[in-house]
Amino acid sequence: MSRVFMKGNEAIAEAAVRSGCRFFAGYPITPQNEIPEYLSRRLPDVGGVFVQGESEIASINMVYGAGQTGTRSMTSSSSCGISLKSEGVSFCAAARVPIVYCNMARGGPGIGTIQPAQQDYMQATKASGNGGFRMLVFAPSTVQEAADMTYAAFDYAQRDRNPVLILGDGVLGTIMEPVELPRMRSEEEVAQLKRELSDWTLIGHDPDKGRAFIKPGVWSTKGQEQMCKDNAALYDSWEKDVQVETIGLEDAQLVITGYGISGRIAASAVGKLRTEGLKVGFIRPKTVSPFPYGAYEVLDFHRVKCILDVEMAIPALMIYDVRLAVKDRCPIETCLHAGGEIMSREEIIEKARALLAK
Amino acid sequence: MEKVYSRTRMIQEKMVVGFCPGCMHGTVFKLIGEVMEEMGIADHSALVIGVGCSGLALEYVRYDATTAPHGRACAVATGVKRSNPGTIVFTYQGDGDLASIGLGETMSAANRGENFTVIFINNGIYGMTGGQMAPTTLLGMKATTAPFGRKAEEHGYPMHMCEILNQLTAPYYLERCSCNTPANVMKTRKAIRKAFQNQIDGKGFSMVEIVTSCPTNWGLDALEALRFLEENMLKEFPLGVIRDRSKEAN
Amino acid sequence: MEKNLMVAGFGGQGVMMMGKLLSYATCESTDLNVTFFPSYGAEQRGGTANCYVVISDEPIGAPLGDAMDDLVVMNGPSLNKFLYKLKPNGTLFINSSIVKDEIIRSDVRVVAVPVTEIALEMGNAKVLNIIMLGAYIGYTGALAEDLMMKTILHKLKKKQELIALNTDAFARGLAIGKAVRSEANA
Repeated sequence: MSRVFMKGNEAIAEAAVRSGCRFFAGYPITPQNEIPEYLSRRLPDVGGVFVQGESEIASINMVYGAGQTGTRSMTSSSSCGISLKSEGVSFCAAARVPIVYCNMARGGPGIGTIQPAQQDYMQATKASGNGGFRMLVFAPSTVQEAADMTYAAFDYAQRDRNPVLILGDGVLGTIMEPVELPRMRSEEEVAQLKRELSDWTLIGHDPDKGRAFIKPGVWSTKGQEQMCKDNAALYDSWEKDVQVETIGLEDAQLVITGYGISGRIAASAVGKLRTEGLKVGFIRPKTVSPFPYGAYEVLDFHRVKCILDVEMAIPALMIYDVRLAVKDRCPIETCLHAGGEIMSREEIIEKARALLAK
Repeated sequence: MEKVYSRTRMIQEKMVVGFCPGCMHGTVFKLIGEVMEEMGIADHSALVIGVGCSGLALEYVRYDATTAPHGRACAVATGVKRSNPGTIVFTYQGDGDLASIGLGETMSAANRGENFTVIFINNGIYGMTGGQMAPTTLLGMKATTAPFGRKAEEHGYPMHMCEILNQLTAPYYLERCSCNTPANVMKTRKAIRKAFQNQIDGKGFSMVEIVTSCPTNWGLDALEALRFLEENMLKEFPLGVIRDRSKEAN
Repeated sequence: MEKNLMVAGFGGQGVMMMGKLLSYATCESTDLNVTFFPSYGAEQRGGTANCYVVISDEPIGAPLGDAMDDLVVMNGPSLNKFLYKLKPNGTLFINSSIVKDEIIRSDVRVVAVPVTEIALEMGNAKVLNIIMLGAYIGYTGALAEDLMMKTILHKLKKKQELIALNTDAFARGLAIGKAVRSEANA
């Protein structure tokens, strides 16, 4: 396969098209603008539809509508824009409408900054809207991973009839890297994927043969309780979908952990430290929901003296999940930035050295 | 004996409908069902319903249906129609849904000339949540959130959605009807049919506003509510065609 | 081995394009990893523009940093703002036509290229970034010059009328870069 040099946002957009995405609605916000811009040119080429919504709220609801026809559909935004989409995402999760959306996160809270940050971890993994629903959330750390995860996200969404979130950040969105793009699905394959859903999709059915009735809620309390139980059963089935990258856990005395952009910077720090003979391990959750608790739980805490949590978020947020897995068996230290300040490899190395010297 | 009338098959049989006595939702859904049967479109139609009393209808109809978040029906319908243009798509929204929380979505969909049909039920009040003030509440009319009546200086004036949308270039057809008399019911039926036909012909955005009563939240009985509608609502919201591009010279 | 570069200047000086061309060429003609990262502000026009390029045979961690092997400075404000980022013994490429400030560090090598003057002399102020790219390649040998040129030509395929100008601009820069290099080696 040949590699092409692409911006993260554009690679995500192209991977979406190749996976079969044929509807996109979005609203401008930095740093994700290349996703809608790219798709406004690309989708009409493949018989797809691009709509610039009048707001993030309208955009997610257009995607909620398009997803109900079985069309692979997507929206993207950044941080405060993702907050606006949360009601619509909740409706998708309730009505079990498959959609993919992407958060190229920026500094926060509030309007924050337009530069990269990871302040949206809790929103992405715990409460992306009202009602306690869950989603698969992928956190790519390279442009290649962003393309591959976006491509797969549509398949997961369709498999589960549930929204899937790609959690990126401003670095991932604007960085350019070589990428091998996934295979372009043929028009026939894309049409077939849509047809497979036609029993329940909102395309118009003969009333005498049973209609499509899409419900983001149920009038009866018993019915709603049953819906919650069915959804919970789906969420419980995701253990098999957990993805995590680890390095050097077999001899590590210090384990560095981070996801997304922080994860890749931390990984390069770990590589440098290990070449110096230092016993440093690494855990990078690739799915942040469900979280790879198991990767931390199996650590030998007689050997591991400390965990260093690296995040571009203040206060640290992923640390709550790390704590759940570590259960006070060793201290958890942090190396943090926020507001658009980007982590450097050198400061992670410095912090790691200091912790190992303790 | 020749059968000259039967109930539309597009409403579920043996269903106890939960609309209040004197409310016109039932009439409008009957008209929609009749028109759909007449036009032979029921097997490729989809209803996007708003939030409010109108939402109850989801359970009563027999064709494809979904619920939009409050106010977002025109955005959801945009997604449904654009991604599957062969389906006849219509929204059914109350005044709180369409003119207050959903004003942006309504205006923008109309401005894009989206090729779907909007049925707008205007009874000047929030129904399901219990009689709060709507953007269409008449001056002086009491609401549970305007206990001394709507005051222009505090709440502004009733919003006329057909006239507001008539400021835009794209909308194809805007008509205001009511279901207060048999003649007006027939006019509403004709308007709904026309709005669907426009969509089939690819003409773009059509909206039928239907001025209705809400006896329960107006605090009146069914007959008094009808009188109130005729004496007050129709004065504020005069019936008629606001725009019909098919009638305009080329 | 990882090698990194920062390019900084005014918006409109082709700073981003210079970084991108080097990155594209690396992606297209080698199997090395390469990242291009633009630093962006809220303004659409004016202000400083800068970008980072990292090239490595290993996976790249941070696409930017505070310890640069090479720094290209196209205007005065960028010199004062970013000189601290250059590693000891790093190389500073300056647009000597307009960067007149004193270089306060003595632990860096300086390659002075009057790119603005040369570009104006060539009749098109816009090619200053291509001249600087030539000087960078000529001095560092970061990439074979023919591979770099191939990418430049490829990017210009829809603007055939600019090919001669850009080929010439690249050659002018290349010659300066090579000359400074051989002086340093002598």
